[in-house]
Order: sequence, then C-alpha cells, then structure tokens
Amino acid sequence: MHALAERIQQEYPRGFIKAVEWRGDVAVTVTREFLHDIARFVHDDPEIDCDYIVHVSSVDWPDDEERFEVVYEVYSIRKRHRIRLKTRVPESDCIVDSLTDLWRGAEFMEREVYDMMGIRFRHHPDLRRILMPDEYTEGYPLRKDFPVQGKGWRDTFEFLNETT
Amino acid sequence: MGLIQIGRHEKDGQSDVIVTTLERAVNWARKGSLWPMTFGLACCAIEMIAAVSSRYDMDRYGAGVFRASPRQSDLMIVAGTVCRRMAPVIRKIYDQMPEPKYVIAMGSCATSGNIYDSYSVVQGVDRFVPVDIYVPGCPPTPEALFDGILKLQERIMLKRVFTKQPDQVHMKA
Repeated sequence: MHALAERIQQEYPRGFIKAVEWRGDVAVTVTREFLHDIARFVHDDPEIDCDYIVHVSSVDWPDDEERFEVVYEVYSIRKRHRIRLKTRVPESDCIVDSLTDLWRGAEFMEREVYDMMGIRFRHHPDLRRILMPDEYTEGYPLRKDFPVQGKGWRDTFEFLNETT
Repeated sequence: MGLIQIGRHEKDGQSDVIVTTLERAVNWARKGSLWPMTFGLACCAIEMIAAVSSRYDMDRYGAGVFRASPRQSDLMIVAGTVCRRMAPVIRKIYDQMPEPKYVIAMGSCATSGNIYDSYSVVQGVDRFVPVDIYVPGCPPTPEALFDGILKLQERIMLKRVFTKQPDQVHMKA
C-alpha cells in the first residue's frame, strides 16, 4: 500500500476503509464520520502537508446502498504528491461535513456538488446553488435518475410574458 | 445595387444624376452600415473575431464596427451555445436594440442546440428571439458568416420602408 495511505490507516484505523492505488494515484476511502478528522490530518500533518485542494466532485452509484460518493482531491505543493479522499453517503441522509474550514477553496466546489447532486455540507458558510438559478425546483441534474433533457425548464421562457 | 444612372456620366467633372427610390436608398444605407453587437457565447465567437480581424476584414461589408452596447447596434450575432440561464439576458439585450434590428444565429448551437440535447441548453435562439439568418457550421468559418451577412443584406434590400411589408418575401437563390 502507498505510504501516505498507510499513515492515514495507522492514524485513523476506525475511519479507514480501503486504499486503491492506480498508476501512481492513491485514493483513500474513509467513513463519513471520520472524513473531517482525516482531512484535518492530511492538511496539518507535516509529512503529508496537503495545502491545496484541487477538486471536489461526486459520483452517483444508483444501485448501491450508500448511493453517493463525495471525492476530494488534495495536493501538496511543497511535497508534490496528491491524495484522493472518498466517502460514501446514503440517499436518505445526504450530508457530509464541509471542509471549507480547512481549505477555503472548497467552498464553491462544494456548492457545485450540492447544486448538481444534492449532497449537503454541514457547516458550509454559504450553501446555495451555484450554476443553476436559486429558484430552480426540478431537482439535481447530475443524478442518474434525472432525465438528460431535464423536466421542461429549458423550454419555458417565462420572461417573454413579462411587461415592462 | 439597383441604382439607376441617367444623364451625362463624363470624366470631366460634370455633374452626374442618380435616380432611385427613397426606399432603395434607405435600405442601401441600412445594409451598408450594419453595426453588430459583440455577443460571443462560446467557440463560435472565435470565428466571429477572426471574421472581423484583418485577414478576413468584415468591414468590407460595412459590418465591422462592433459595438459593446445594444443601443448602438443593428445586428445581434448570437455566436455559440445558448444556455437557459443566458436566455433572459439575450432577450433583454435584444429588446434594448433600436429598430430596425436583425439577428443572425451563428453555428449549430445557436440554431438548434447542436448535440447539446441537455437540461440546460436552449434548443435554438429562435425559441425566444426572432432570427433572420441561420448560419450552419460547428463552428462556421468566417466565409460562412460572410455568406450569412450577404444574405441578410439581400434581405434588407427587399424590405419595405415606407409601405406595408408584403406577407411573403421571396429571395433570389
């Protein structure tokens, strides 16, 4: 196993689920309860020292019991290595801890995950939609059960009826 | 151009007479000073920029004076994918343009949505703004855009200014 994944496993044996390495990229799956602690460790530990958040994304696995997966990719500018942190979220309790307090850059990317997939982030400073309009009510477009053509929003032009 | 020339047309500086209809003269002036508005939405905008730059020089057709304000524009070239969230903005800008105004839908996306049959992409600007000319291509070359502008100029010459517009306008092939 990758040295960075081993360190995480030693430090948080209860939060660690598995680590996958593929072509030099290491992805560590952690439990939802330990996500924030492990992220803080990855951020603060002088050996790992991941000071830069590259991306926050999410995956929909519609057949799985824990349907959604939130993926954080963090990078160390000084040490030049990257770690992918993954955690699973069930549809019934669709919330994870926000990592905005550790990496400020996560704020907009978590908003995008919320906008597109409907996963909420606990303690996020400003959790609103970011790409879709605030008044959008058709759901979360990147979920697998959302129709590709949407639910009619793209073909309704309510502004044409407004008189000014 | 359809201008009729009579009288003495000599090289010695004698006065010359051009007789035409006022309608033709107005249309000629309108087609020769199409001021487009910069409205690039996606990659088609790059071809539109190329069309105004020196290699292609859209100014030859009187359509090179790009304005940043809809109040000064005659022509809106919608160049690129139209997202639904952009739609009210496009409509508002179109409403702000003074008459007479023309719209060119540049490229497949502005015409029909192209491959983007998705929840966020409007399937053609003509859903909420009247379009005069559709330019196909992904993206259209500057030559294709010129073809659209020349077609629009032909159309402008067929418009009635002082009399009622006929129900149908037949364009020459």
